[in-house]
Amino acid sequence: MTLPDGSHPEAPAPGLQRAGARLPVDEYTRRLWHRRWFVAAYSSASNSVGYEGNFLGQAWQVLTPLLNIAVYYLIFGLLLKTSRGVPNYIAYLSVGVFLFAFCTSSLVSGSRAITGNLGLVRALQFPRAVLPMSTTLVALMRLIYSLMVLIPIVLISGEPLAWRWLELIPAIGLQALFCLGLAFVVARLGARVPDMAEILPFFSRMWMYVSGVMYSVQVFTRGQPGWVSRVMTLNPAYVYLQLGRHALLVGSPATAGNWLVAVAWAVGTLVMSYLYFWRGEEEYGNV
Amino acid sequence: MSEVLSDQSPTTEQTPPGAREQTVVVDDVHLTYRVIGGARRGGAPAAFRRMLLREDAPGQRSVHAVRGVSLTAYRGEAIGLIGPNGSGKSTLLRAIAGLMAPSQGVVWTRGQASLLGVSAAMMGAMSGEQNIVLGCLAIGMTPAEIAAEYESICDFAGIGEFVHLPMNTYSSGMGARLRFAIAGARAPDILLIDEALATGDAQFRRRSEKRIRELREEAGTVFLVSHGLGIIRDTCTRAIWLEGGRIVLDGDANTVVDAYEAKHDRGARTATPTATKDRS
Repeated sequence: MTLPDGSHPEAPAPGLQRAGARLPVDEYTRRLWHRRWFVAAYSSASNSVGYEGNFLGQAWQVLTPLLNIAVYYLIFGLLLKTSRGVPNYIAYLSVGVFLFAFCTSSLVSGSRAITGNLGLVRALQFPRAVLPMSTTLVALMRLIYSLMVLIPIVLISGEPLAWRWLELIPAIGLQALFCLGLAFVVARLGARVPDMAEILPFFSRMWMYVSGVMYSVQVFTRGQPGWVSRVMTLNPAYVYLQLGRHALLVGSPATAGNWLVAVAWAVGTLVMSYLYFWRGEEEYGNV
Repeated sequence: MSEVLSDQSPTTEQTPPGAREQTVVVDDVHLTYRVIGGARRGGAPAAFRRMLLREDAPGQRSVHAVRGVSLTAYRGEAIGLIGPNGSGKSTLLRAIAGLMAPSQGVVWTRGQASLLGVSAAMMGAMSGEQNIVLGCLAIGMTPAEIAAEYESICDFAGIGEFVHLPMNTYSSGMGARLRFAIAGARAPDILLIDEALATGDAQFRRRSEKRIRELREEAGTVFLVSHGLGIIRDTCTRAIWLEGGRIVLDGDANTVVDAYEAKHDRGARTATPTATKDRS
């Protein structure tokens, strides 16, 4: 805390520190690293607890995206025919839905990282960045579970297994860093404005429609002015989806430019949003 | 009577105040809570009208819980905070722990002040042993430290085979024992306890009071919020009476508790501590 006039008060005696003072960013990061086991344990605990009370339990982790794929396939693939220009539409759609769900769930759960854990925030002292990290890790775990459904879908739909599939690992890794960055931003925003939880679903639906989850951006932008395609292909969600499809599907090229954009979004978002979240460290207990 | 008692209490080790080491300095602290959606109602039309009329922060109210508290705590003190519900005791503890930022004033501490409040990290659907690991990680222990302490935590909690069952199958007493065993596994520089002692059977209460004394020796300074005035008399060297967010009286534990009892109901003297606030 700073005094109203902007200065920091003097300690009344040597050796006394101001309670709850925000640590310098390097020391903060060191403490955060010290809490890495807590992040892991708290994430896996909240992941397994999240679905209790449902009959099907954790099966919903894969059932929900499967149902989404079925609905999108019916509406977009069969009725609206957005599948044109896509050779293996069902696999294309599935990769898109599963990977985009990771962005959505990081965003929505990240906005509740502080407000949903106020009990912890008001009881224990630890770097609050633990909480958005934990919500993002839960989202990542769910994505990894869902790969157990996605990969059979892709194989059954006729894609051959190839070494190229290993590119999925760096692609998801970069997407995870980007999603963590998003979580830091919305965690601080959500701590200040609780209404974020109502706004974000709209935002993420809009984002899904422009990211080429259920249609091909290349086919869509063919008749459009050049800047439309340039803007759409700079969209981080589009880039991560494109990299995932490049790994799993034949005939989905990814350029070096795509990888460059993916790295830039991941690193840039993470660094900026980590600093943004850290700057709010002292306000999270007063929510 | 208070005179006689206070002479026997541990505070009377006569060291001049200047020579004692300050561990907590609370300097004119005010604390304000933000309450969202508290009072103003009226549905969507009212909310829109407020937005159009630019009324500031619709649906927000603030509660001024602590109003200008100053105190200094020294090494070796155990300070009881007493006062009626809503007098700002728990909020003051959160400010000392650095969990809430004061809206005005500063809290200074020597080393880290920690609230004995591990229950927030624990999950009812998980077993006692999983919760021991989770709770210990939450208070900042490393896996190696947990492995070393695990047995003694189980012994202290004394819940036997229940440690393998989910925590929501426990009785409230067993849950409290496990929470206290985990939270007490580590001695912080300054220990803050919010009504942790009021649960459990008599035997466990004796054991936890003993542990509090040990922690006080290791920790240096202990703050204890409790409605059990007997516990304050038994374990504290000093007491602070808060009311309406302000300090009414600060001094020797027995003197302050006597004055508090004289003001509030006399029956509290014999009453056993009940109702624990469970903040999870």
